[in-house]
Amino acid sequence: MGLEYVRISPGFERYMPRDYVDLVKFGQFGKQVDVMQLGQFKELVEEHPMCAGCYMAYFIRVFYAALPNPEDTIVLGTAGCARLALSQAAVPFIYGNYGDTNAVASGLKRALTIRFPDKVKDVVVIAGDGGLMDIGFGMTMHSWFRGEKFTTIMVDNEVYGNTGGQESGMSPKGVQLKMAPLGKKFDKINAVELAQVAGCVYVARISPTNPKRIAKVIRRAIYAAREFGPTFIHAYTSCNIEYSIPTREVLKDAREREKKDFKFYEWMTDEVKEYLEEIERKEKEKAKQEVK
Amino acid sequence: MAEEKLITPGPAGYIPTPGAFMGVELPPPGKALLYGKIVDEEVAMREAAKAMLTRRNPTIFPGPLVLWGWNAAAMEKAKAVLELAMEIPNCRIIPMPDYRPKYPKIDPEAEINPNHPNLTILHNKIEACIFVGVHCHYANLSLRMIRAGTNCFTIALCAEMGHEDAMVSLRDVHAEEIRRFKDVLVQVRNELGIEWEPKLPPENPSLPKEDWTKISPLDFGEYAALLMPRKGEIVEETE
Repeated sequence: MGLEYVRISPGFERYMPRDYVDLVKFGQFGKQVDVMQLGQFKELVEEHPMCAGCYMAYFIRVFYAALPNPEDTIVLGTAGCARLALSQAAVPFIYGNYGDTNAVASGLKRALTIRFPDKVKDVVVIAGDGGLMDIGFGMTMHSWFRGEKFTTIMVDNEVYGNTGGQESGMSPKGVQLKMAPLGKKFDKINAVELAQVAGCVYVARISPTNPKRIAKVIRRAIYAAREFGPTFIHAYTSCNIEYSIPTREVLKDAREREKKDFKFYEWMTDEVKEYLEEIERKEKEKAKQEVK
Repeated sequence: MAEEKLITPGPAGYIPTPGAFMGVELPPPGKALLYGKIVDEEVAMREAAKAMLTRRNPTIFPGPLVLWGWNAAAMEKAKAVLELAMEIPNCRIIPMPDYRPKYPKIDPEAEINPNHPNLTILHNKIEACIFVGVHCHYANLSLRMIRAGTNCFTIALCAEMGHEDAMVSLRDVHAEEIRRFKDVLVQVRNELGIEWEPKLPPENPSLPKEDWTKISPLDFGEYAALLMPRKGEIVEETE
């Protein structure tokens, strides 16, 4: 971890695969890239084995482009779809057992703080609705109660997609799935309110239709977690296979959900608000100076 | 002597018994492993050198601890690895830059992946290889898979305690020890009567060929946009 780990040993430049040479020369390590420049720089994740039309894959692509310090970040995931792409990214990845991501992240963040007292190391958990709100519910909640300083992102596809389509706590009420033919009997868990009550200092709910907004929310959550405490993002990332959404209509579906139950919502404490405003003001000033 | 060889080039078959379960112990400081037995370093080095000089397609697989210049020792070790590669006739370097899984698949001529090292070895018909700078847990995984599915002679230049599943395993290997191994290799090469002028192995085939005579922004492919002036940026002179 750190910029020194993305510097090729002298003499070995001609033996590295092109992907890695490009990553060093044209990648986002040590730079601040705009998410709207996607496709113009070497991305941290490119190939992945996720399904065609998977909206989670798109969200993960934008997530990596939005990382403020990819060279000083560790990503944690768990069983589920997201880890298929997360594990192939050029950012250290830890695979937790199902449900224990937030416990692992707590220990990791504490260890990093002790090991690197002068450096900022970001820890980000990306797991699905099953990993965070069903099987990992206890560990997720307790990491928030303890005020652990890392970011939790729930990529909510409203189903156990990997295992054939069982309902999860985040599936909408009444929905019939391949392995839940009777229909879901209770409402979707209100994860955002739970996070607020449990002690998160920054909470957001998004349907990822606008890449600029996704990037802004991710950066805000990571910045806030560095200083104040746990942060949480609830992102709608549809499963086009289990919900039978035609690939070309995945974005349309996300927009429709955005109008219904996934309206953009952002909440933060007053001190976080003040802190983020200050950071964003400095970033704007820096960008203006660079243009001059 | 033949029956004493516990760890030999494969293919040993799917999921072979690990060296540790076969009674192979890691060598104490100053010693090395040869076919699973503890021997003097010099003996193991000579056998490793003989394998690299006589078996087909000798290849060095440098791992992330060597490929990335994360400290002065790593850079020095990298330099020593290149010096060693220069002395092995027709040697190739195929890197293992990190351990992430790669699907749909890797380019076996450009890199080796610890999750399926046999693909690179079988594709390139490699019969002798050196692991250097690979973290122990991934070296263990790869060495056992190679023994399971290929006939490759594996040599582990380990910076820690060595590896049971390699045919030759040296321990506490840093830049200085690599240079010592190089000297032994040159000595064995001379004894075998192999004539060789030291030269660097061929570069990675995945890299674009540089041709400065007809360079244009289009040669940068998808990165061409990076060369274009940004809004407000004034390019005063061009080369």
